[in-house]
Amino acid sequence: MELIGIIIVAIFVNNVVFSQFLGICPFLGVSKKVDTAIGMGIAVMFVLTISTIVTYLIQKGILEPFNLQYLQTITFILVIASLVQMVEIVLKKTTPALYEALGVFLPLITTNCVILGVAILVIQKDFNLLESVIYAVATAIGYAIAIIIFSSIREQLALTKVPKAMKDIPIALITAGIIAMAFMGFSGIDQVF
Amino acid sequence: MNKNFKVLLNGVIKENPIFVLLLGMCPTLATTSSAINGMSMGLATMFVLICSNAVISMLKNVIPDMVRIPAFIVVIATFVTVIEMLMNAYVPALAESLGIFLPLIVVNCIVLGRAEAFAAKNSVISSIFDGAGMGLGFTLSLTLLGSVRELLGAGTIFSFNIFPEEYGSLLFILAPGAFIALGYLISIFNTIQSKRQTN
Amino acid sequence: MFLSLSVICLTVAVLLAQVNKLTAEPIAVAKAMKLQNAIGDVVPEFDNNPIDEAYLMPDGRGDSLLVYPAKKGDEIVGFAINSSAAGFGGDFQIMVGFDVNDKVVNYAILQHAETPGLGSKMDVWFKDTTKPSQSIIDRDLAEGLLTVKNDGGTIDAITASTITSRAFLDAVNKAYSAYAQSNSDANTGATEGEWDENTGTTEPETSDKNIITEKDELTEEEISNE
Repeated sequence: MELIGIIIVAIFVNNVVFSQFLGICPFLGVSKKVDTAIGMGIAVMFVLTISTIVTYLIQKGILEPFNLQYLQTITFILVIASLVQMVEIVLKKTTPALYEALGVFLPLITTNCVILGVAILVIQKDFNLLESVIYAVATAIGYAIAIIIFSSIREQLALTKVPKAMKDIPIALITAGIIAMAFMGFSGIDQVF
Repeated sequence: MNKNFKVLLNGVIKENPIFVLLLGMCPTLATTSSAINGMSMGLATMFVLICSNAVISMLKNVIPDMVRIPAFIVVIATFVTVIEMLMNAYVPALAESLGIFLPLIVVNCIVLGRAEAFAAKNSVISSIFDGAGMGLGFTLSLTLLGSVRELLGAGTIFSFNIFPEEYGSLLFILAPGAFIALGYLISIFNTIQSKRQTN
Repeated sequence: MFLSLSVICLTVAVLLAQVNKLTAEPIAVAKAMKLQNAIGDVVPEFDNNPIDEAYLMPDGRGDSLLVYPAKKGDEIVGFAINSSAAGFGGDFQIMVGFDVNDKVVNYAILQHAETPGLGSKMDVWFKDTTKPSQSIIDRDLAEGLLTVKNDGGTIDAITASTITSRAFLDAVNKAYSAYAQSNSDANTGATEGEWDENTGTTEPETSDKNIITEKDELTEEEISNE
């Protein structure tokens, strides 16, 4: 029951992009085409799940027993950065096809604040490991949904006549604002569960 | 001195991190629901920018090229943790309202971007000025966006009443308003810049 | 290469440990101050240290709340209760104060993530005594728990923030059930723990304190009613 609530909230109600404002840079950067948006969405899902598990275990296994919570930020960002590198190397050696598809997005992910944000959030929310993983996957799904919807609209926007000053980023931001308004309509549905 | 001043001004106008470089969008949108929140986020980022620029510029000849990026990240994360602890200790209410975006300064592209693009190549003094300029540009933009949202949403700026709250549109304080207000501000900034260039 | 990176990491770790040492105390003080101020705001004047005397009380929903008893001399003058509920933007925490006659003295928001300009108004909305239909101050909860008007209650919900308002009143009600037990314990407290000549045993002190009751059926029903 509670897990379903976590999923619904993470995907729709508190959508990572439209309500929590995480991962906006890549959201604006790689959303011009639907194909790249899908690639980015999958890559985020992949890395986010692994990194959340790893950082969670580090927090509970190393930082908390030794009272080193103040090293959280520095540890997490280093772990995430090296993890992304490792994922890249492993994918390259084992599944070249997947690497072909996701490779270009991996370096971009290190500075995607979704990854670090979720790692810190699950600790703040006091989730257990299962809840953390579910939250991470649901957040990633929310991210993928957001970026795919957004890129489909931007593909259409590229074909329309936009005032010069509004071209590109301004009109994209306003579009995102309107989608965010639509997402506000989901608020409260978690109360059903 | 004149050169340093130019570096400083560069960050505020010509290479304004938000309106021109479009970096650091997450804290920009998330922490500007009021002018004071936007400004304090800007100042926290400015502190990290100046300190990390200074230290990285000092260490630029010591750090081997291969481990450049990890070393930069360590330096930046250190200052982020320092400001986080200081704010929790002395301005806990403010730290709470910035929430998760305080530790997330570490992944703000501006900070790593300036370390890599400027501090790693220039002297300590001009790196400090670059950090200050970028930080100032960031702070001013965040304060501006925060003021616009607070004014349109609640009729106040820095909690100072401009018009009655009932006439405000709450939308601007909520998430969609962040996107829309920033979109319009960027387009206004673009227009002014292009007018200046044609003159 | 690894040497220089290790040196940097080591320096940084030492530096951060120092800053952590320096700020640990102010952070703890700031936290304690916040709690202390919140308690001071919500109960009648007292001269003990409620934080030292805090204990857990079941909230009637299968959870326990921290209760801070406020005393003047040896007499209890009120209770501050740290309660929480799931609001619109996630869980929030409030401190609710009662006097000894089931009446709400005041409340304070400890932590929340409600929408600014909407749900966040709860910090003043429910204590505006000039508007009796929305204020909870001085309400006697023995006459019935608090609900918003939409649910047939007596309290005006915050404009456009019914979910927050419901959650807020829910937190107050939970605090009340923890309060009711604390208060009755306090009233009978004089006889408790005393030697009972008839049975030859010592009654356990405040028997229901610290016991986390099992989740009762009521909880789910109530939730689905909402």
